[in-house]
Amino acid sequence: MNMRVWKFADNIDTDAIIPGRYLVHNDPSVLARHVFEGTRDEFAQKVRNGDVIVAGRNFGCGSSREHAPLALTGAGIRVIISRTFARIFYRNAVNVGILPLVCDRADEIPDGAYITFYIEKGYVEVEGKHYPIEPVPGFMQDIINAGGLVAYAQGLKEVKTCTGSQV
Amino acid sequence: MGATVVEKIFSSRCGRVTSAGQVVMAPIDGAMIHDITGPLAIRTFYQMGGTRVFDPRKIIMLFDHQVPADSIIAAENQAFMRTFAAEQGIHNYDIREGICHQVVMEKGLAAPGEIIVGADSHTCMYGAAGAFATGIGSTDMGFVLKFGALYFRVPESIRVEVTGRFARRVGPKDLILSIARDIGADGATYQALEFGGETITNMEMDGRMTCCNMAIEMGAKAGIVPPDNTTYEYFEGRRPIKPVDISPDPDAIYREHRTYDVADLGPQVAVPHNVDLAVPVNEVAGTRIDQVFIGSCTNGRFEDLAEAAEVLSNNRFSDAVRVIIIPASRDEYLKALRAGLIEKFVIAGALVEAPCCGPCMGGAFGLLGPGEVSLSTSNRNFRGRQGSTEARVYLCSPATAAASAIYGEITDPREV
Repeated sequence: MNMRVWKFADNIDTDAIIPGRYLVHNDPSVLARHVFEGTRDEFAQKVRNGDVIVAGRNFGCGSSREHAPLALTGAGIRVIISRTFARIFYRNAVNVGILPLVCDRADEIPDGAYITFYIEKGYVEVEGKHYPIEPVPGFMQDIINAGGLVAYAQGLKEVKTCTGSQV
Repeated sequence: MGATVVEKIFSSRCGRVTSAGQVVMAPIDGAMIHDITGPLAIRTFYQMGGTRVFDPRKIIMLFDHQVPADSIIAAENQAFMRTFAAEQGIHNYDIREGICHQVVMEKGLAAPGEIIVGADSHTCMYGAAGAFATGIGSTDMGFVLKFGALYFRVPESIRVEVTGRFARRVGPKDLILSIARDIGADGATYQALEFGGETITNMEMDGRMTCCNMAIEMGAKAGIVPPDNTTYEYFEGRRPIKPVDISPDPDAIYREHRTYDVADLGPQVAVPHNVDLAVPVNEVAGTRIDQVFIGSCTNGRFEDLAEAAEVLSNNRFSDAVRVIIIPASRDEYLKALRAGLIEKFVIAGALVEAPCCGPCMGGAFGLLGPGEVSLSTSNRNFRGRQGSTEARVYLCSPATAAASAIYGEITDPREV
């Protein structure tokens, strides 16, 4: 499946993804109306279900607001490819069902291009070029496989702490 | 093999040796939710099949971002959380106490050696109490509310060794801004910043809080000061705690060592639109400003207000500047009130608001219009953080903020 690339720079913070004044809302579709408001207004207007965000370093830095990945899910984003992610955003993204993929050469992928995923093979293809993606860490993969942390937690009666086992 | 403070905390709480890089499901000693991230966390808790929280005594609830409620939907969110607190037997500080991080500290709810999470990125501030404390999202918080545990990758640490005495009107905020410039906005991602050295040892709790608070601005998972006498004295009259032996070993393994001598450090200002764009104040002195905000979890404590008042002296704030001063908590407000600082600020022309996040939240009040410039003692200057995306936010210390508010332009506090 071909998905359009929305290209972003380094250090895209969660205030940019969803401004503070909209944090009273918890509905992804409402949040999606204001995603990147004031920094990239065309995004909310033109983004289509299944489109992909490609960014430079430190995507999702700043506030822990889960409204940021939720707004992106409301806009139809399911995958974000970035050179690096901010830590809290990375976890939040996985938890709400976005697949964050680390790609050291993400900055070479052009805006508006179309992307094809070969995740099992460890790369994405854009305009005939292959860009390697890093494997998702094992303990995150378990959560992704379960369909997010909520679904994962639904299957648990209790958790054993400090067993050293992965989640 | 030696261990860092953070490794010792995880080892101690898990009852076995735990080293950086390991993934552990760790027990949670305290979990904080507020009016912005709380409603989502509670919904997630229910979606996970939660009925009773793991331990109501370990959950800290308060409202600080939009207080008193500034919209009907904010009121609804707060009412939803009040109902949850009542049903679950959680003590809710509601709108009474102030900014979450300051309240957790002053109630003694984060203690040396504990593992604390908060649904707010500046939770890392409790490292000033010698706790491992980190910000998490709402879904992770829903998991914590249900299970009282969360998985962590135990972070490597960067040791930040600080020596020397601060010059007059230079302090912890200037130090942490200069550290942010050196490490960069993502230079400590997945790491912990472990602060030490004579300057940190001699630093009071308020300055340690300022430093640990801003660890997240370098991407760090936590900032921490190994607990010492200053830490334990802070707990006297707040909460009885036992000393824990979590001092870092001399042969602890760090990802990186950084050393600072603050003797020659001058006031720093982070220019728009990233925290790591800190420059010496003289490089931006003369920049006209429309609004000054003195407050936030980073710099809204009594000591910060006293620093501002000392610089203000008997001057008045410029009529060209809107000066908003917000003590971080009710306790800090009372201290400032009793010391006569509030009266001094009001006479000088400031608007003194009740304890809350204020303009730092960027959604409640004190927002900036297009083209406006703000100088703020808070922690983030991202584009749009305090209102319009066409506004510009500069970050600085309370001393620099006060000096600049007198003249209506960014001013070196040493020259006032």
